[in-house]
Amino acid sequence: MYDVIIVGSGAGGGMATKILADSGLKVAVVEAGPYFDPADPEQRTQLKWPWESPRRGASTVRPFGDFDSAYGGWEIEGEPYTHKDGTKFDWFRSHMLGGRTNHWGRISLRFSPRDFKHKDVDGLGDNWPIGYEDVKPYYDKVDKLIGLFGSKENLPNEPDGFFLPAPKPRLHELVYIKGARKLNIPVIPSRMSMVTKKINDDSGVCFYCGQCSRACSVYADFSSGTRLIFPAQKHGGQIDLFTNCVVREVTTDDEGKATGVNYINKEDRKEYALKAKVVVLAASACSSARILLNSKSAQHPNGLGNSSDNVGRYVHDSTGSSRAAFIPDLVNRKTYNEDGVGGMHVYTPWWLDNKKLDFPRGYHIEVWGGMGMPNYGFGFNPNDFNKFFGLKVGGYGNGLRDDVKKYYGSVLGFGGRGESVAQRDNYCEIDPTTVDQFGIPVLRFHYKWTDHERKQAKHMQQTFEELIHSMGGEALGSTPTKEQDYGLEAPGRIIHEVGTTRMGNDPKTSVVNKFQQLHEADNVFIVDGGPFVSQADKNPTWTILALSWRTSDYIIEQLKQQNI
Amino acid sequence: MMDRRKSIKSIFLGSVAGGMVLNGCKPEVDSKAEAPAVATDHYSYGRTPEEKEQISKLEAEKFFNEHEMGTMAVLCALILPANDKYGNATDAGVPDFIEFMSKDIPSLQTPLRGGFMWLDHKSNTDFGKEFKSISEDQQKQILDEIAYPDPKLANSEQPLQVQFFALMRSLTMTGYYTSEEGIKDLGYKGNSPNVWDGVPEDVLAQHGLAYEEEWLAKCVDQSKRNVQAEWDDEGNLLT
Repeated sequence: MYDVIIVGSGAGGGMATKILADSGLKVAVVEAGPYFDPADPEQRTQLKWPWESPRRGASTVRPFGDFDSAYGGWEIEGEPYTHKDGTKFDWFRSHMLGGRTNHWGRISLRFSPRDFKHKDVDGLGDNWPIGYEDVKPYYDKVDKLIGLFGSKENLPNEPDGFFLPAPKPRLHELVYIKGARKLNIPVIPSRMSMVTKKINDDSGVCFYCGQCSRACSVYADFSSGTRLIFPAQKHGGQIDLFTNCVVREVTTDDEGKATGVNYINKEDRKEYALKAKVVVLAASACSSARILLNSKSAQHPNGLGNSSDNVGRYVHDSTGSSRAAFIPDLVNRKTYNEDGVGGMHVYTPWWLDNKKLDFPRGYHIEVWGGMGMPNYGFGFNPNDFNKFFGLKVGGYGNGLRDDVKKYYGSVLGFGGRGESVAQRDNYCEIDPTTVDQFGIPVLRFHYKWTDHERKQAKHMQQTFEELIHSMGGEALGSTPTKEQDYGLEAPGRIIHEVGTTRMGNDPKTSVVNKFQQLHEADNVFIVDGGPFVSQADKNPTWTILALSWRTSDYIIEQLKQQNI
Repeated sequence: MMDRRKSIKSIFLGSVAGGMVLNGCKPEVDSKAEAPAVATDHYSYGRTPEEKEQISKLEAEKFFNEHEMGTMAVLCALILPANDKYGNATDAGVPDFIEFMSKDIPSLQTPLRGGFMWLDHKSNTDFGKEFKSISEDQQKQILDEIAYPDPKLANSEQPLQVQFFALMRSLTMTGYYTSEEGIKDLGYKGNSPNVWDGVPEDVLAQHGLAYEEEWLAKCVDQSKRNVQAEWDDEGNLLT
């Protein structure tokens, strides 16, 4: 008998593991994938060279390339999902200790007071039942435990925190700053969870290889396994890890309270039961919804927590639209090591007033470029940019060497990442006709973007082209058209899906209360992105971490008071 | 680091241990604890057992025959010949890389194989011998006809032999610049532990750019990177 079973070991599950185990509770962590430690030479991809991969890093097997640390992807053999009414939703899953935090972008943004109450501003969606003041103390604690670099800017929509100092901008980022300023578009140091200065003894300090997506072997960025679960074990936590174990359902008693979980051990393909006083779901927004919907009993005939048919509804991903440009000022570069941290050193937070725009909610701009390590695809069409100088494109021979060097590091790209408004009619549900290889009914998605998101993507593209012009660059490719949704990515592609078990005070319109506790079973909690009422134009991880810590404190308190 | 890892391993429990069995019968073995060591081979870049198996399977297959590999060796060396410092693309192992990719991405197979046949047919027609056996001047005469796409057309609208050459050029260049020699040739300086402290002064000057004092004040003082961070209550860094 455990005090707590935690399902999933990503950001939410890792934080719950750390806080609950640190408090002395006996914890079981059930993870669908294998054990993973990026310091293990058998699993490490960091600091490997492209020629060490026979496919030179191509994305044939791992969708973000052969050196990316995420096991899994958009499609996993034997674990399908389906779609309804011809709609599209791409679901990225990474089954491994630490989950998707092993490869994520580490962009660590706080929600602002407005982000929690955006309905008050534009009448769309719903407000959260909590506000920034409820979460702020936990954001502060997350900052100090895990560490992120950034800078104090006093921007109302980008609350400051406890930042480590930022890395200096790279050359292409200086070009971006200059170009953006001419348009009065702000640029500030990024806020990302790489440890640029020592934060505690459980973390290394960044050595600037630029490979955070490969997971850090010295634990100098945030991955849930290396920075939460390993430290919790090291400090004496009573933690049993059940890896390669897929949770099928939450089991309940005659009163409808949870008694534990049933899971399938992938290694012997048999079903087992685990018992605990409390169950914490952190399997990712859609996986946790699936577990609830599959947890049917006499007391919960429509699935656990689903008597008012809210589980799976309001799923929403960030919007995304991208563009790249050739920057003539960046040809013929002198080469030096500018790997830096993995990702951007500067970014543009949302800067406009929606009252003057034809779409609600904002987006931020992520910037990439530089003289990165070659991988599969580097050198394709090696002198295509000759066309911008009226020079001949194509050919063969040693001139191609000069072309490759001339254009190395001359491309700069943008990713716009914005907020969509959650819709009740966007949902995932159980597909009663399909099971996965473990016999568990799978999810079926129904998701449509609205014109809000399309217009936002259109605005992103206009902004990108203005920025490119301002930097003296040449846009690559043509402007995405209306028929192409202005380059708006399919839902799920930005991998920020949240909202499936949303938080609220009214059990008729929400699944969990403001402590992420199921309305219908008070010893079940959800600490992944599921409880998000809205997602802001902020990457969700930092808020998942803060809310998971807050919920964990609540669980400790409730157990002490013998309320659950 | 090693010590910490050992301690983590020692407290890590196998996936089966501790589980209460639903049907009352314990699993026979703790397969985690008894799993055989992963077979060592020449790829050690963090592959899962399934991924290793897949690579071995692809390597055991052969797609291009000897004649095709011979044609590819000649063609790759024409696309990127040696210069006074570096060898040609074939010396850097590009044909073997393309052989692997044609199995890894099967959609490459027909365009490549068809392209090699086109080259031989053209060569047989014009010079009475297959492509790899004609003189370099004759080979270049053929390439000159297919190496320069019509800039007014998209790649998919180009004649098939022009598309073939563009594909071979892309694969040759990417194969070369992802090889050890190619990366040296390119001058890529990273993929090693270092301390990033900004763009070198001469590079800033070359591009007419400069850091602003106000921005630098927000950046890490690398001499204090190993001093533990402490803040006041307002979030001002004190150390």
